[in-house]
Amino acid sequence: MNGDKVIRELVRILGPSRVLHKPHQLHTYNCDAYVAKTSLPRAVVFPESTEEVARIVKLLHENDIPFLPRGAGTGLSGGATPLNGEVIVSLVRMNRLLRVDFDNLRAVVQPGLVNLTLTRKITNKGYYYAPDPSSQSVCTIGGNLAENAGGSHCLKYGVTTNHIVAAKFVLPTGNVVDIGQPFGDPVGYDLLGLVVGSEGTLGIATEITVRILKKPQAVKTALALFDRVSDASDTVSDIIRAGIIPAAIEMMDQLAMQAVDKSNYYVGYPADIEAVLLIEVDGMAAGVEETSQRVVEICKSHNVRTVKVAENDAERALWWSSRKMAFGATGRISPDYIVQDGVIPRSRLTEVLHKISEISRESGLRIANVFHAGDGNLHPLICYDSRIPGETEKAIKVGSAVLKVCADVGGSITGEHGVGIEKLEEMRFLFTDTDLAAQLAIRSVFNPKDLCNAGKLVPKPSRCVEVRHAQRIIEQNADFFGGFQEQTELMSPSK
Amino acid sequence: MAKTAVHLADMAQRSTSFPWPDAPEEDQYSVCVHCGFCLEVCPTYQQLGDENHSPRGRVHLIKEASQGLLPLDESVINPVFTCLDCRACETVCPSGVQVGALIEEARGQVHYQEPPSGLSGAVEKLFLRGIFPRPARLKKIRRLMRFYQMSGLRTAVHKMGLLKVLPMHLRELEAVIPDITEQSALDALPELMPAQGARKASAGLFTGCVMDVFFSDVNMATVRVANRNGLDVLVPKEQICCGALQVHAGDREQARKMARHNIDVFERTGTDYIIINAAGCGAALKEYPELFKDDPVYHEKAEQFSSRVRDISELLVEVGYERPQGEVNCTLTYHDACHLCHAQKIRSQPRELLKSIPGVNLVEMVDADRCCGSAGIYNLTHPDMAGQLLERKMDDIPEGVEAVVMGNPGCMMQIKAGVERRKVDLDVLHTVELLDLAYRREGNHDERR
Repeated sequence: MNGDKVIRELVRILGPSRVLHKPHQLHTYNCDAYVAKTSLPRAVVFPESTEEVARIVKLLHENDIPFLPRGAGTGLSGGATPLNGEVIVSLVRMNRLLRVDFDNLRAVVQPGLVNLTLTRKITNKGYYYAPDPSSQSVCTIGGNLAENAGGSHCLKYGVTTNHIVAAKFVLPTGNVVDIGQPFGDPVGYDLLGLVVGSEGTLGIATEITVRILKKPQAVKTALALFDRVSDASDTVSDIIRAGIIPAAIEMMDQLAMQAVDKSNYYVGYPADIEAVLLIEVDGMAAGVEETSQRVVEICKSHNVRTVKVAENDAERALWWSSRKMAFGATGRISPDYIVQDGVIPRSRLTEVLHKISEISRESGLRIANVFHAGDGNLHPLICYDSRIPGETEKAIKVGSAVLKVCADVGGSITGEHGVGIEKLEEMRFLFTDTDLAAQLAIRSVFNPKDLCNAGKLVPKPSRCVEVRHAQRIIEQNADFFGGFQEQTELMSPSK
Repeated sequence: MAKTAVHLADMAQRSTSFPWPDAPEEDQYSVCVHCGFCLEVCPTYQQLGDENHSPRGRVHLIKEASQGLLPLDESVINPVFTCLDCRACETVCPSGVQVGALIEEARGQVHYQEPPSGLSGAVEKLFLRGIFPRPARLKKIRRLMRFYQMSGLRTAVHKMGLLKVLPMHLRELEAVIPDITEQSALDALPELMPAQGARKASAGLFTGCVMDVFFSDVNMATVRVANRNGLDVLVPKEQICCGALQVHAGDREQARKMARHNIDVFERTGTDYIIINAAGCGAALKEYPELFKDDPVYHEKAEQFSSRVRDISELLVEVGYERPQGEVNCTLTYHDACHLCHAQKIRSQPRELLKSIPGVNLVEMVDADRCCGSAGIYNLTHPDMAGQLLERKMDDIPEGVEAVVMGNPGCMMQIKAGVERRKVDLDVLHTVELLDLAYRREGNHDERR
């Protein structure tokens, strides 16, 4: 089948209203929230069931047409950008909450359900879904699964992988498999662990079973303003050292504070402070009051200028939205930005921030810092203007230099935003060609024709010998890999 | 040579698709960082799931057209016109993109390029150029409609089933047209109605056109409530329609003419404030300066004018109001008109006024600030989407309420149509109507609603 025929077939499967394929309909899908690279898709399709996803994927697989899944398109590393003229499988119409089992703390959702919508739907019974990326009001749980999304409260509660227990998954061949265990630990290989965070390169989740939690009895949130970043960093380390596990510790620097204070989410930070910490503790009412007092004391022992505990929910909500809207608010101070996502050992915070400001000075690009200080996950926002020739490339280089600093102190190049297309080259800071070849070999098991979100997450090993090595592994094990596919077909309950 | 030719062709290709005056500006759309936080609050994206019909998508398309990467064809025109102009995206946007202004300016470019055609073109031409800007014709229409209602013609038409030729949504709207009063407030009211008690300030009443045709009682109530709270109310008789619908449709030239006229009229009146009870008009009046980016003289005048404009609920809370003593025993819910909450950021004031009325039990509805689908004349030009949004709004009205209260005539018509469609027992009221009722009942405690 040629491309046009495949489009006609897609229209036949989904109906004309659920297939965008005319060139003029495709421009808004040429990137996600990572805007430094754009590329037009071949089509955008809107399936509404697992069966439809499987039929579409099978068709595309059989006709060697590349494709990729997309949720709300809020990803910050280009994971949903169609580099190879993919057919975009948009999952936004699969947005239902299918079942909730309050007794056993489980919910079954479709991938297009918005993260915060799940919480909104169960909140009146006192439950919530814990992972809370800043984009939670928009981003989908399917996208969260693909990126293994984090969030402010992951310090205490863990990231997405700790909250997804099972999934129905359409493999890049179109076969449907069930992976994970709704209850109990994984039996056999932890395929769910592999799939969560695979950035859409191993298939498309169409039904996701997540853990839900009872809302904590009490929450206290403190806002602490520091004259010096080093004092704020020391405070973070001391809180953890004291044996306190806060639900969240967030930090913003001066430039980030200026940006949000120019937005609808105005808090009114003093212009001359260097850092603000947002510290939240939660749990049983009896302990929370005492812990929050202890947090305030620790702040005071580190030259805090002012520290205040939120008086009511409205104040608490304002502080949080100020933090969560910080990325977008960067638009108030710069026409474009790249947000990086490095992770460092917490104790190196002051030193790394110093190095980042040196990089900023040398490059002439401003860098605002917003981060999950508790788990050492930095988000330097590199401000640039794409209209100035060469500045986009410069910003990309600066981002890379920042990640090098993180990797050099023993950290990582991504905490929660994923590698996508943005950090492909930086994977080499962490992995050798042999490591990368092993990862590609795994991908080939699921994605034998490399049609599903090709060119993301894992760079091709730079030495040909490694590529050949990876290919050899696959060829030698062809029987096994083929067998895996047959097995999965047998396993599929929808057969 | 060949190289130069290619280069020139390149240049030509990159020339903007927005060549006319008053185009969307780079400074406005480059503010968007493409984060996508606006998607989930956009009613059309919620319904369609298509990013072409999301705020981020629309701004992206406007940007590409402006940079000449896209022609000004259906790729841009369609998404720009499916927008409700409800501005919910502006409320959440961390970056502060003025999506409403961008959309309106892009529509202006479309208007220059091709005069509106088809159904929406016909509707626009009739209402936006033919009727609304011309007070005499508006008056005539008003009289015709009253004749239709009072003469028995309406009854006859209904009996004979003549309305069946109309599409469903128009039949529903016809069914909910309120009884037209003999005179509009603009004609009926004297030019000055002095404040009761101590005078706090003077206010010129902007009577609006839809409000004054269909809901002139709301204007009367507004005057009584304002007088009661120490405001002299003046009614400049030469005022005309504010031009909001023209701005929404992209007919900025017509809108500018109307704005200039109103600015001059209210300049002569010289009141401290200009009060308005229609959210859509209020937002337009406050945004008059946007229309005069290329006219420094009127830009200055428009700034001066807009700084005096207040929604009635906003002004009462600002200058202080007397808590009414009369009881209105009613369980009600409040619907945020988009142009009140998103465009003017007025949310707490109407709620405060309602809660001040003894006997009122205000029950919040979920997503009170999601558009009801009225959106100016959107319910006439895009009946399908408008109908879907109306259904959702009706679903969200809490059980057991007796009234839905709001601050915009378009929403009132739309939600009345929803009430008619569902055959439910529900009053649709303006905030000042209830407040006025409470004042009028003072000293008369046992009267029931």
